[in-house]
Amino acid sequence: MNSVALEVKDLVKSFSLDGGLINAVDNVSFQVHAGEFVALVGPSGSGKTTMLSILAALLSPTSGQVFIDGQDLSQMNEKRRVKLRREKIGFTFQSNNLIPFLTAQENVEFMLRLNGQADKAGRVRSAEILARLGLSDRMHNLPAQLSGGQQQRVAIARALIHNPAVVLADEPTASLDTERAFQVVETFANLVHENNRAGIMVTHDLRMCQYVDRVLQMQDGKLVRMVETKKEIMELAMGTMKH
Amino acid sequence: MKNISLAFYLALKEVFRNRGRFLLVSLVIALITLLVLFIAALGEGLATANRQYVGNLDAQLIVFLKKSDYIIASSRLDANTVRALRRVDGVADAGPIYTSSTEIISLPKPLKVSLLGAEADRPGMPKLIEGRSFRGGEAREAVIDRGVALRSNIKVGDEIRIRSTQGTDDQFFILKVVGMVDAQSYFFQPTIFVPPATWEKIRPQSEADLNSDTPYPNIVAVKMTDPTQAEMMKTRLVDQVTNIEVADLNTTINNIPGYSAQQGTVQTQGFFTLLIGVLVIGGFFQIQILQKVPQIGVLKAIGSSNGVVGWAAVIQIIVVTAIGVGIGGVFTYLFSLGLPPTIPFVFNGTRSLVAVILLLFIGPLGGMVSIVYAVRIEPLKALRLG
Repeated sequence: MNSVALEVKDLVKSFSLDGGLINAVDNVSFQVHAGEFVALVGPSGSGKTTMLSILAALLSPTSGQVFIDGQDLSQMNEKRRVKLRREKIGFTFQSNNLIPFLTAQENVEFMLRLNGQADKAGRVRSAEILARLGLSDRMHNLPAQLSGGQQQRVAIARALIHNPAVVLADEPTASLDTERAFQVVETFANLVHENNRAGIMVTHDLRMCQYVDRVLQMQDGKLVRMVETKKEIMELAMGTMKH
Repeated sequence: MKNISLAFYLALKEVFRNRGRFLLVSLVIALITLLVLFIAALGEGLATANRQYVGNLDAQLIVFLKKSDYIIASSRLDANTVRALRRVDGVADAGPIYTSSTEIISLPKPLKVSLLGAEADRPGMPKLIEGRSFRGGEAREAVIDRGVALRSNIKVGDEIRIRSTQGTDDQFFILKVVGMVDAQSYFFQPTIFVPPATWEKIRPQSEADLNSDTPYPNIVAVKMTDPTQAEMMKTRLVDQVTNIEVADLNTTINNIPGYSAQQGTVQTQGFFTLLIGVLVIGGFFQIQILQKVPQIGVLKAIGSSNGVVGWAAVIQIIVVTAIGVGIGGVFTYLFSLGLPPTIPFVFNGTRSLVAVILLLFIGPLGGMVSIVYAVRIEPLKALRLG
């Protein structure tokens, strides 16, 4: 078993609503190992996006701990969180993923610039990863000149280029058609495995789970089910799993 | 340092890739620059046209008739005052100045000029740049300033015919131009200089004044042996010479009728133009930042610090403003080449430099709100994750 890249312990995130407190994330614990690709699923309002925001060091938990590559997020000030996001986390979003005035290659290299690694080797690596994602003829195109699927693939390249410990994806297929969605998630899964990163994908589309190693299902802020065997995962993805 | 370098990278890439949009903003700033520099040059031109002769005087103090409120036209000194002033200890020299105006009519288009009486080689008579000084007495000789030459093509050696209304009649006089001095505009007019006795003969005057042949100077320019002792000398002159008041050159200039009001008006126009510039630029960058909220959210989410985001906004504003001010400066220069010499338009190094520095500040000042806004954008809200 690979080392633990991400560990969540007794995590709680509360919001005040109408004078009362609501637990968007309610006492959740799990681990994700390096080289493991995990799907975080659940209905709308189940707390998966809040969970992802905490894992991305964009939101502080009310209580509990989150360790990324052994570093405790809850002990960090904003400056250290920014550094952690830059060095240890790769992120793709639903949309508005890329910097619109940078080309595909410049978007990928920007992560290297942020981490002070924008040297010749970095440029070669960014070209390689874009080629690996089938974008070798699109490297010098601006995001507006790319299709939605191509933009998502550039975002995946950017999320992986600096070798982060954890790669997070928030609904990466939300704006894609079915065929492109499968392609993007499959590529994402392959790269997570090849690069031995811990990948977490939030999705509402259970069909995408066929490419993951484990599924964490949330409901009302709680982690209600963990699907770990390939058979169960495929049943979930095909919609044949018994509830 | 890494923050600044990243900020430069982001700011310049965005400006370059959206050069059409940013050029439009730069052109707006260029127009504001044109307006501000034009107002500054016009202000300087008007000021110069009004005060150039007084400002260039080779003297430190100006003596007026007592209670004339330092207004040249209201002051008429006794003929003996000059001699009395020259006897005061600490006075290096004193020269009487006689002011009036007339019209040169020996031209296809008559030219209105200031007619100044002064003694050759005394304070009040500017340094010659061509020809010789006029003779004393009632010599019908004149020295013109460069402004007269530029507007009329009159040269040293020419004869000019002037018209003056004396009593109820128009009188005509012929003067030989014997010399030229640098531009010495006074009261918005170019200047001709004549000896005091000639001035008294040829100046426009009322019926009552015609009975006297004695010229009375309006003011006397006093050159001190020690120019640092102005305050002490003022007191000494007032104590030792009767019926006078004394002012330095700045006070004299500020009391030229209309001078302060005119400069105040021009400066107010300049100020409001700058203010409009701040609001226009501020508005543009605020709209731009609002459009870029998701983009800034992504930048922050992937690990860009507030410093990178803030500096990128500052650098972008400075670059766009500098380009606009540069274009505006070139526009203003080209524009000034097409202006006729009658428009008082003077580029003064200091005043233009101050205007340019202020213009370079209006960008960051106008964009300050948007910079603060950019820094405060929360990635969670910008990306609608929260």
